[in-house]
Formats: sequence, structure tokens, C-alpha cells
Amino acid sequence: MSVAANGNGGAFVQIRDVSKWFGELQVLDKITLDVPEHDVVCLIGASGSGKSTLLRCLNLLEQVNEGEIVVDGVRLTHEKIDVNELRRKIGIVFQAYNLFPHMTVLQNVMLAPRKALGISRDEAEERARPLLRRIGLEAKADEYPDRLSGGQQQRVAIVRALAMQPKLMLLDEITSALDPQLVSDVLDLVRELADSGMTMILATHEMGFAREVADKICFLDGGCILEEGPPEQIFRDPREPRTRQFLARVLEAERMS
Amino acid sequence: MHAFRQVIHAFFNPHSYTLAIPDVWAGFQVNLKMMGIAEVLVLVFALSIAIVRGLPGPAAKPLRALAIAYTDFFRGTPIIVVSFLIGFGLPGLQLAGISNQSNMVYGVITLTLVYTAYVTEVYRAGIESVHASQRSAARSLGLSYFQSMRYVVIPQAVRRVIPPLLNDFIGLQKDTAIVSVIGVSEAALTAQQFSNRNGDFPSYVVAAVFFVLITIPLARFTDHLVQERERKERAQAF
Ligand SMILES: Nc1ncnc2c1ncn2[C@@H]1O[C@H](COP(=O)(O)OP(=O)(O)OP(=O)(O)O)[C@@H](O)[C@H]1O
Ligand SMILES: [Mg+2]
Repeated sequence: MSVAANGNGGAFVQIRDVSKWFGELQVLDKITLDVPEHDVVCLIGASGSGKSTLLRCLNLLEQVNEGEIVVDGVRLTHEKIDVNELRRKIGIVFQAYNLFPHMTVLQNVMLAPRKALGISRDEAEERARPLLRRIGLEAKADEYPDRLSGGQQQRVAIVRALAMQPKLMLLDEITSALDPQLVSDVLDLVRELADSGMTMILATHEMGFAREVADKICFLDGGCILEEGPPEQIFRDPREPRTRQFLARVLEAERMS
Repeated sequence: MHAFRQVIHAFFNPHSYTLAIPDVWAGFQVNLKMMGIAEVLVLVFALSIAIVRGLPGPAAKPLRALAIAYTDFFRGTPIIVVSFLIGFGLPGLQLAGISNQSNMVYGVITLTLVYTAYVTEVYRAGIESVHASQRSAARSLGLSYFQSMRYVVIPQAVRRVIPPLLNDFIGLQKDTAIVSVIGVSEAALTAQQFSNRNGDFPSYVVAAVFFVLITIPLARFTDHLVQERERKERAQAF
């Protein structure tokens, strides 16, 4: 069904042989990955393995050097695409929330719909308020971000992206900067999104969560997807020794904390 | 004892003050006018040039180079030389609309040219101090480069640069006296003429007091803003 929906017969997100260098350093090495519509893909892997870079390439915050990326039938690697137009369809949320500190919560959520989509203030507010209600923060609408907890800020960052009604959400370790007791609220929201059928690619260190929400797990190592598969297989029976090592180390660390 | 009395007379003759105050005050109004106009112009031009200097991409290279040449030239040239260039040079060109302005207009042009160069650097530092992740966040929401600047980067940058900017304005206010060299009848020149006529110095004291009186509030306000910011940052650190 999702295949028919985007016209050219491919998956919603198609990544083909994508490579990327920062100067001499190769950060992505022939990455190939398909993400069907409504699927959730989790990227796991050690620090520096290229998870963030891959997500940033998908949103054209970085340029790939080789290969091809197609999102919703649009070839990102084509030179003539409208970058802003494309980004409106793809939400990205970062580890550091990056809310705009000089705007209230409500203004943060309304800015892009008003300025990038050009909808009226009233319409933008009609969009923003229910989203804030959904995360239980409507009462904070007129507060500035520095008055919110990290977990609250991160949820605002997520609904700020959702206010653009994106077709794809990219989440880059959105719980890594949070105190443990604040993580679950954020994960609940992501789970809700997954259940509502949002297509998502997320980089995460939360293995339990990845296992629960992902349709597919990709293990990145040195810029390659070394192993991919359904969560049950990756977590229970990883084929690659490096995957096994990585999981053992992460699970050990989780037990220790 | 005689010398002492002479000093007293030269600086503190009360009668001389009653004459000097209205005289210098008339001149000082020209200073105030030049300050006001130049400050508004500087705010606008400096921001524009700072934005031009930050434009991305190879296509904007000539514009960036032009902006750099401008700031280099006017930051490097003594303001008194710029005064001569504008105050004597422009009339010499005999161009309609440019060469027949009053000395005060040339004074305002001089101050604007020089201080725009300083304040451009202040703005630029402010713009660069806004973390790249703020731009990423704005761009990734689909805002264009200019929208990101307009709504996200510049509002944050401007808030941060207000104290250094006010410091530059204190400099500008004082330098309104320098353009007296091209014959603007402002406070310093009026004071000098008064002093020459009377053979004493109260007119200079009056001029000094006027300048100090308008600088003090600005200086205190700047201190207040800096303290406020430090307090906020300390509060955030905990
Ligand atoms: N702008 C950049 N310039 C140069 N090198 C970069 C840049 N961004 C990332 N890198 C390098 O690219 C490699 C991959 O970084 P990336 O941030 O994608 O890793 P990651 O998997 O997200 O790691 P983490 O789990 O720590 O977030 C790292 O070696 C990093 O140092
Ligand atoms: Mg990362």
C-alpha cells in the first residue's frame, strides 16, 4: 500500500550507496537503506559511527558526496530541488532541543507554520494549541523555554516539528541530554507517534525502547550499516561479532546505571 | 597669590558662566541633533552591512569583499581625516544635491560612516555568537536563510550586543565635537569662540559638563544591562 502511495514504486525513503566525507575522514560508507511509509527505523551504533550525519543528510543539513537519497518521490541529491520545500515535509529533532530562547513556547511552535507555510496567526495557533495540549503543556504556552525542564523542552521541540505536519520525522538521540526520570515522558510521545503511523528514523541509545518501537534496527559501525534486521533478531541473535560486542557493552552499561 | 587669583578668574568667573551657558547650549543642540540622527542611521546601516558580510555562497563574494573593504577603511582612518574628506571633499566635488549641504550634514555623514564600521563589527560578533544549532533548527523547520536570520538569529544577536553597542554610542556622542574641525557650530566650536572672545575658560567647562551629563545615564544603563546579563547567566548555570 505504501509503495503505491508515492508514485515511483520505491519505499518512502530510499538511501542508495550514500557516502560522505568530512575532509579526509569518511563518515558514511555506501549506506543503503529503505524505509517504507509508516515504518520506524532505529539507528544504533557507537559514538562517531555516523548516525547523526546520516540523519542530517536526510534533511539536507549536510550534503552527501556520493549516492542518492529519495524521500517521498523527491530525489534529494538532485541539484534543483527546493530545499526549504523539502524540509517542510521532514521534521528533525536534536539531542539539544534547540528551542528558540527568545520566543515563548507557543511562538516556537507557531513560527515555522506562519513564516514557512504562510498561514495566518490564528490558524497557526489553532494548530499549535492542540499539540501543546497533547503533551500536557498548554499551560506553559506563554513561558520562555528556559523556564521548562529538559523533558518539557524536548517535547516542545517535537511538537514544533509536528506543527509542520511532516511526513517523516528524524529524531537524533532526543533523550540523551535528559535526566533519567524525564526520559519516559519523551519516549511516550514518540511511541504515540509511532502508533499513529508516522514514518520515523531515530538514532538512539535506548535499546529497550528501540526494541519496542522499531520495525527495523540498523547497526552502524564506521559509517557502514554492518547489520540490519527486525529488533528480535538483532537483539536476540546478532550475526556480526561487532554487533554482539556493541550490544553487550551497552546492556552492561545500562545494568550498571 | 596673584597667579592663583588669575586661575580662579580664568576658570570660575561667575559672570562668564552666565554668558557661556546659553551660548554653548545653543551649540550643544547641534551635537544632540547629530547624535540622534547618526545613531539611528548607524543602527540600520551597520546591521545591513553585518548581514551582507555573513552572506553564504560564492555568488555573494563581491558583496562580502565590498563590506570588508568598507569596514577596514573606516575603522582604520582617523575620524578627523574622514571629517576633512567629507567636509571639504564633498563640497569640492560640486555635485548637485551632495556638494551644497550644510556643515552639520557633513558632520552627520562623517559620524555615520565611521561608526557604522565599528558597529558592523559589534553586530557581526553578535551574529556569530548565536550557536550554529539555532540556525540548523530554524532551517530544518523549512525557514529560508533570510527567515532564519530575521526571526531566529538576529533577534538573539541584537540582545547580546546592546551593551557594546551603547559603548560605541558613547564614543559617537563625544566625537560629535570632532566635526567642529569642518566648521560645524556645535558645542566645542562655540565654546572655543566664546573663550577667544572673553579670554577665559568657563565655556569649555560648560561644554565638558554637557557631554558628561548625557554620557553618564548611557554608561550607567550599559552597566545595568551587563550586570543583568551576568545575573541571568549565573542563575542559568545552576
Ligand atoms: N561538521 C563536521 N566536521 C567534521 N567532522 C565531523 C562533523 N560532524 C561529524 N563529524 C565526524 O563524523 C563522525 C560521525 O559523527 P556523527 O555525529 O554522525 O556520529 P554519531 O554516530 O551521531 O555519534 P554520537 O553517538 O556520538 O552522536 C565523527 O567522527 C565526527 O567526529
Ligand atoms: Mg550523534
